[in-house]
Amino acid sequence: MALLDSIKDHHGERRLFVARIVLAIIIATVMLGAVVSRLYQLQIVNQEQYSARAEGNRIRTEPVAPIRGLVLDREGRVLAENLPAYQLELIPEQVEDIDDTLQRLAGLGLIDADDIDEIKAASRQRQRFLPVTLNPRLSDEDIARFAVNRARFPGIEFQPRLVRHYPNGDAVAHVLGYVSAMTRDDLATLDAARYAGTRQTGRIGIEARYEDFLHGSAGLRNTVTNARGRQIGSETRTETGTLPEDRPPEPGDNLVMTLDLDLQLLAAELMRDRRGSIVAMDPNTGDILAMVSAPTFDPNLFAQGMTQAQFDAVTTDPDRPLFNRAVLGTYPPGSTIKPMLALAALETGATNLTRKSMCRGWFSLPDDDHRYRDWKPEGHGLIDLHGAVEQSCDVYFYEIANDLGIDRMHDYLDRFGLGKRTGIDLNGERTGVNPSTEWKRNAFRDRDQKRWYLGETIIASIGQGYMTATPLQLTVAVAAMATRGTTVQPRLVQFAVDPISGEQQLFDPVTLADVGIDNEFYWDDIIASMAGVLHEITGTAYAAGLGAKYKMAGKSGTSQVISIAQDEEYNEEEIEERLRDHALFIAFAPLENPTIAVTVIVENGSSGSTTAAPIARQIMDRYLGYDDAP
Amino acid sequence: MRLSDTQRLVVNRAQPILDVTRLLRELNIDGVLLGGLLLICAAGLVVLYSAVGESERMLISQVVRLSIGFLVMLVVAQMSPDFLRRWTPWAYIGGILLLVLVLVTGDVGKGAQRWLDLGIRFQPSEIMKLAVPMMAAWYLHDRAMPPKPGAILVLGVIIAAPVVLIAKQPDLGTSLLIAASGIIVVVLAGLSFRLIAALFALSLPGALVFWQYFMHDYQKQRVITLLDPEGDPLGAGYNIIQSKIAIGSGGLFGKGWTNGSQAQLEFLPERNTDFIFAVLGEEFGLLGVLVLLALYMFVIGRGLFIAVQAHDTYSRLLAGSISLTFFVYVFVNSAMVTGLVPVVGIPLPLVSFGGTSMVTLMAGFGILMSIHSKRKLLPR
Repeated sequence: MALLDSIKDHHGERRLFVARIVLAIIIATVMLGAVVSRLYQLQIVNQEQYSARAEGNRIRTEPVAPIRGLVLDREGRVLAENLPAYQLELIPEQVEDIDDTLQRLAGLGLIDADDIDEIKAASRQRQRFLPVTLNPRLSDEDIARFAVNRARFPGIEFQPRLVRHYPNGDAVAHVLGYVSAMTRDDLATLDAARYAGTRQTGRIGIEARYEDFLHGSAGLRNTVTNARGRQIGSETRTETGTLPEDRPPEPGDNLVMTLDLDLQLLAAELMRDRRGSIVAMDPNTGDILAMVSAPTFDPNLFAQGMTQAQFDAVTTDPDRPLFNRAVLGTYPPGSTIKPMLALAALETGATNLTRKSMCRGWFSLPDDDHRYRDWKPEGHGLIDLHGAVEQSCDVYFYEIANDLGIDRMHDYLDRFGLGKRTGIDLNGERTGVNPSTEWKRNAFRDRDQKRWYLGETIIASIGQGYMTATPLQLTVAVAAMATRGTTVQPRLVQFAVDPISGEQQLFDPVTLADVGIDNEFYWDDIIASMAGVLHEITGTAYAAGLGAKYKMAGKSGTSQVISIAQDEEYNEEEIEERLRDHALFIAFAPLENPTIAVTVIVENGSSGSTTAAPIARQIMDRYLGYDDAP
Repeated sequence: MRLSDTQRLVVNRAQPILDVTRLLRELNIDGVLLGGLLLICAAGLVVLYSAVGESERMLISQVVRLSIGFLVMLVVAQMSPDFLRRWTPWAYIGGILLLVLVLVTGDVGKGAQRWLDLGIRFQPSEIMKLAVPMMAAWYLHDRAMPPKPGAILVLGVIIAAPVVLIAKQPDLGTSLLIAASGIIVVVLAGLSFRLIAALFALSLPGALVFWQYFMHDYQKQRVITLLDPEGDPLGAGYNIIQSKIAIGSGGLFGKGWTNGSQAQLEFLPERNTDFIFAVLGEEFGLLGVLVLLALYMFVIGRGLFIAVQAHDTYSRLLAGSISLTFFVYVFVNSAMVTGLVPVVGIPLPLVSFGGTSMVTLMAGFGILMSIHSKRKLLPR
């Protein structure tokens, strides 16, 4: 039977095949019948209706781009707006000699001579009555120069259009983002109907994150055109019937941010000619008051269009001005994590409020002669936890770390938000690294590398080694110190407003899990030691706290860019500027009922207490109203 | 009786200088099929000249492209069906490898990865348009018809692998066409109606999964637009609305060659490629459209006739699939332009301007010719 099955029945198969072909012909005939009857319906039954739409007067439906929403600071001051700009256009059918006209325009400096070939190609491609853009943005001088010569240029006109404008320029660049020309990818992903007539879309920052709110929705305008397709006015009646109704565009929502423009401008000024970042936040709500990344760029260049040279300058700069260091820059946090580790040590019993240690300037693990050095070569002498935070004694923390172990350190730093996204309303935020034995197992391939070494725990206690954090994460962590354990999700936008209905959509502050340390004595002591950093003569940043009319708390950090070999003399002058230590400072104020938490990071700033702390002080002075500025 | 050389010369002289029938036979060309193809191309060039705004440059480049197509057809016609069958698995495996290569390294054109640059840029999916039905026919060649469930499962994999790879590029139109060409082979082989019904029943939840995980937003948009084109008159619905106006306003006799206002004033988008059918409908009316459709049906009918005459399973299934897939092209394009099915980027075969698919199409007809010429040379 099996044998019989495998023998082919040629005639039977041929018959089966012919039957199937006949079936296919029947199905194909039915399908073809559907197309033909559709054609009959279109061309015979409804022919008059379609003729009416095609013949004689015709309706041309054009998109009307919506007006992009404004972005305002917390006081309602404008951060992003739309300003009219003029563009130069050429209408091919009205120009006798396009070549000559373009040459003369280039001679007047109104168009770029390199663009001429492209413009000529564009003027041939489209209908001859449709304008071709020659220059997307005319300066006031350009307009004046053109106006004088206008009579010589029939068929050339300038037209107004709205251009996104950022009045504060590079001072609010990264957090706000910018709009720039849509790419092919954008065209594929964005809703074509909503974006009809729109040429730009938000990139990075708020402009990108809130694109959906800011953009709005395109409208439609119907105009009557004659048989050659040229617009002949916007009468509402045509020979064949009424125009379809216009649909006005829906403008985008205005956004009210949490930023305080005064503070933002000050922060930007303080970081000018430096590299690094400042983040200031209300520790109670998570409202970001200022967020600066330096060096910066001018977002107006992107919105208005820039030359290739300008674009190259921004994108190839080794200091990466487009990179938002506040959420993308991951830095070794250095000693700034010591207050959090001190609380962890108290809570777990690794130390207590009165235990003292002898600091000789270095620490060694048992059975190992490697010396982990203190920043102060001669040592801090006999010192307790309070003093160890205030003076940033490394040796005390090496000992604590040895008792705590990396996984418990990881656990407590995790509660302060290190190693995970803060949830801020910006795209692409980095997590940094809050190392643990498990993290290392997953991060490396090699068996030797997967192992956690005790020495790595020691250097983790002073925020070196694998540990990295973004300036925003450190701000969230110091805010949790300020609120005694309440962590918040940082936010940049308070609410969106529909400009027509006035309807508001609120983005409420989000409170996250509590740090979970309930003993108030622990908080009292560590916060007091952070206050000591600025207000005690022994504190590392005593100079930065001098003369303040209010109390504040802070912690300096100085993190190594390169590791210095054993016994090598550290000589700042000999090390190239780029290899200098990063300077960090975290702080909050006022000491009672804090309203501002700040992180300052100055890349290669050498010392947290002398470079970063004074900057943090100026930010807090301004916000609390104690500065001398008008 | 032996002829002297002189006599032989005289005999040869007596014959016509160019014996067309003999020439075609020696070149393995089916004159009937060739005639049908030439008529379609001629009609297509007339419509195209109007659709490209009477640009002679573009007309000539289309003629050049068609000529290359016919040359390829001629070359393929010289390969015997047995030769093609032996090489089928290699073509199929090679095609799959190239598809994988495209996904890994391919150039991005119009937002999709389809092109491979090997000296000349080409789309490996084009190979699969022929390689998939060839592979399905190859697999069925020595098996008893109708195929058993196990064989159908293997065929399912043969068809699905390239279809998924091409859908990932993403090129939904081509992947659906290739799926169709493979499925046609299986159905022609005698797949039982019960199984066909079961597969239909399965395809509904399958379509939902497809919608959810494989379709891109722009593809979903096209389906939504089909259901309600007026909802987005400037975006995705614009093409369909303008093409319906063009065809509808053409009426029975059309507005005359190069006189279609929709086409000439560029209301009709993609008028010389995917929507050239609408130019035909506007300028030549229902009659013109019916003439072209009749020419297509003539060519498809001839192809099916060749399939029925073919001497072995491989040739039979392959010829049937090539002919019916050609019908699918014509149907999908005309149905999409008239708003019956969503806009999938499928050109009107042999008429639309350009098209890397032209060469593949003509290679397919070359295979038909080869099958036709071998119909009697082997024992039944």
